[in-house]
Amino acid sequence: MLEIKNLCAGVEGREILKGVDLTITAGEVHAVMGPNGSGKSTLAAILAGREGYEVTQGQVLYNGVDLLEMDPEERAREGLFLAFQYPVEIPGVNSTYFLKAALNAIRKHRGEPELDALEFLSLVKEKMKLLELREDFLKRPVNAGFSGGEKKRNEIFQMAVLEPKLAILDETDSGLDIDALRVVAEGVNRLKRPDNAQLVITHYQRLLNYIIPDFVHVLFDGRIVRSGGKELALELEEKGYDWIAKHEAVTA
Amino acid sequence: MQTTMIPEQIKQADPYLAAFERFASNGAEEPQWIGQLRKSGMARFSEIGFPTLRDEDWRFTNVAPIARLPFRPLLQPVRGDLPDPTGFNFAKIESSRLVFVNGHFAPELSRVLPLPKGAQITGMANALANDGALAQKHLGRHVRLEQNAFAALNTAFFTDGALVFIPAGVEVPQPVHLLYITTATETGATAHPRNLIVAERDSRVTILESYVSTVHGAYFTNAVTEFVIGEHATVEHCKFQDESPAAYHIAALQMSLGKNCDFISHSIATGAKLSRNNINTVLGGEHIECVLNGLYLTKDDQLADHHMIVEHAKPHCNSHEYYNGILDDRSRGVFHGRILVRPIAQKTDAKQTNKNLLLADTATANAKPQLEIYADDVKCTHGATVGQLNKDSIFYLRARGIDAETARRMLIHAFAGEIIDRIRCEPAREELDRVFWDRLEENPHVADVK
Repeated sequence: MLEIKNLCAGVEGREILKGVDLTITAGEVHAVMGPNGSGKSTLAAILAGREGYEVTQGQVLYNGVDLLEMDPEERAREGLFLAFQYPVEIPGVNSTYFLKAALNAIRKHRGEPELDALEFLSLVKEKMKLLELREDFLKRPVNAGFSGGEKKRNEIFQMAVLEPKLAILDETDSGLDIDALRVVAEGVNRLKRPDNAQLVITHYQRLLNYIIPDFVHVLFDGRIVRSGGKELALELEEKGYDWIAKHEAVTA
Repeated sequence: MQTTMIPEQIKQADPYLAAFERFASNGAEEPQWIGQLRKSGMARFSEIGFPTLRDEDWRFTNVAPIARLPFRPLLQPVRGDLPDPTGFNFAKIESSRLVFVNGHFAPELSRVLPLPKGAQITGMANALANDGALAQKHLGRHVRLEQNAFAALNTAFFTDGALVFIPAGVEVPQPVHLLYITTATETGATAHPRNLIVAERDSRVTILESYVSTVHGAYFTNAVTEFVIGEHATVEHCKFQDESPAAYHIAALQMSLGKNCDFISHSIATGAKLSRNNINTVLGGEHIECVLNGLYLTKDDQLADHHMIVEHAKPHCNSHEYYNGILDDRSRGVFHGRILVRPIAQKTDAKQTNKNLLLADTATANAKPQLEIYADDVKCTHGATVGQLNKDSIFYLRARGIDAETARRMLIHAFAGEIIDRIRCEPAREELDRVFWDRLEENPHVADVK
């Protein structure tokens, strides 16, 4: 589904990713872990198509197509979804209006009929239960005045409505208390299917107690320095990122 | 310096003085105190004259075009055909409606719903002719004439307006709508609406004000509205200034707020060639919640100016000002927000934001926040932005599959929507939402904004 080959990228001439290789196949859950400044969020931003990053080398193929050539909205319509680390507050844009516009843009792209207001409402009501969202949620402006936990739940709620093929969760656990974390993680787990995949980006291991990854990768100084199964996350938790840093220093 | 200034101002005031003398000689049936009030207004106007760009409070707004207008106060009610008010905004909202034509109350076009006992909604001229006690207690006692030549001129020449009195403990369930229609086509035809809104303690009322016209003319509306809000009262005020694009509109809004009251005032401005709202609020009791919310949409060579003073005179009050402007062509938006925190007003929480979106490179926004804080335990913040759409917001929408142009359109609408969303009166909110949606969609530049 996703093949990242030797991806090198940066901002304003400063190199952040220094040759990332990662392959994700349908049905898999991958976790990318790393300390602050290792390039985790840069990787998520480049995959989603945020402006301001310069790709200097390498390639990203998404279902065999060059992802980096696509506009952000094209990526979304092709089934790529980024759950933002910092969801943007958009006062004045009603949540229902926004999400219906997004869903219908995606459905149109897939050749499916657009949903009218009633069909949309019955679809989202189901998904709201999944994330334990209050009824008035849809009447509120997008993320405006939401707590940190509400914003993150809203991201996963949007994911549930838009049904992406590849979901990238960028630090979805940050700022969540344990109850909110459980709700969010359960939401994500229920959206897992054999034909989609998830890339979970996180600093801490605790999210991976709830979202069990098939593969764990350690991103350090712009490269994936270690990959393994879910037990790698536990090892990291126990030994800390210093363990990787020391090891890297020795091999360098 | 003084001696050289005076002759110039007397000269400027001359036609106004002459008009005033004619007007005053006809006012024999008025109670004496009103004559005194008018004289004090005229004296003040003669003394200070129209402001110039040298006045700090007027440095972005040149009122010379108003000073150059021939002064034609609309002192008599319209004779003959009256306009049909039903097509104007807010006119279909179920409300007690007072309609004013060229500044004069038109009872034929007005309708007051059954009111709770003691409440009064009536024309000012009527009220003064019958029982002036209430008006005498408040009229001219709140608005400050020292620095406001226009309010002084209004005080000298007002003929009518609205008087709304809500006694203690009374809730008026339907909004009160004050509709001002100008039909005068002469250049310089001037209406001086004078309104007094008194909401006593524990009362609750919503006031809608709208200013419109049936003509395209260089007329002048010079309004003064005094609000006297009692303890624990809940008052919403929503003003929609949608005058003719050739008109001039100046208004003074003076709010005197009592403790624990909840006051929200919206100023929505789309009309007039030049408009200015002087909004002065005095938070004169503890635990007041005061929100001033505004939106201006201008094009061509319009200028929309909001100048406000929020005076925290007691501790533990919250005031929020939210003003957004959407400016096109060569138009200008001016925002001047002064927050004054008196030494006694500890635990003040005052916030102010002014955001401007320019739809054309030739449009201008002037923002002047001004904090004057004499207490030490307060929270005061202000922020002003001028420019373009938020890139993070555009990316967020695109990352959900929405194309770039639709995303930009959504955000332009949102710029208006976030202000309109604060209007609590649902029918007024929905109507303004539609008005702004349509006007923005009609705008050819909305598609080009980056």
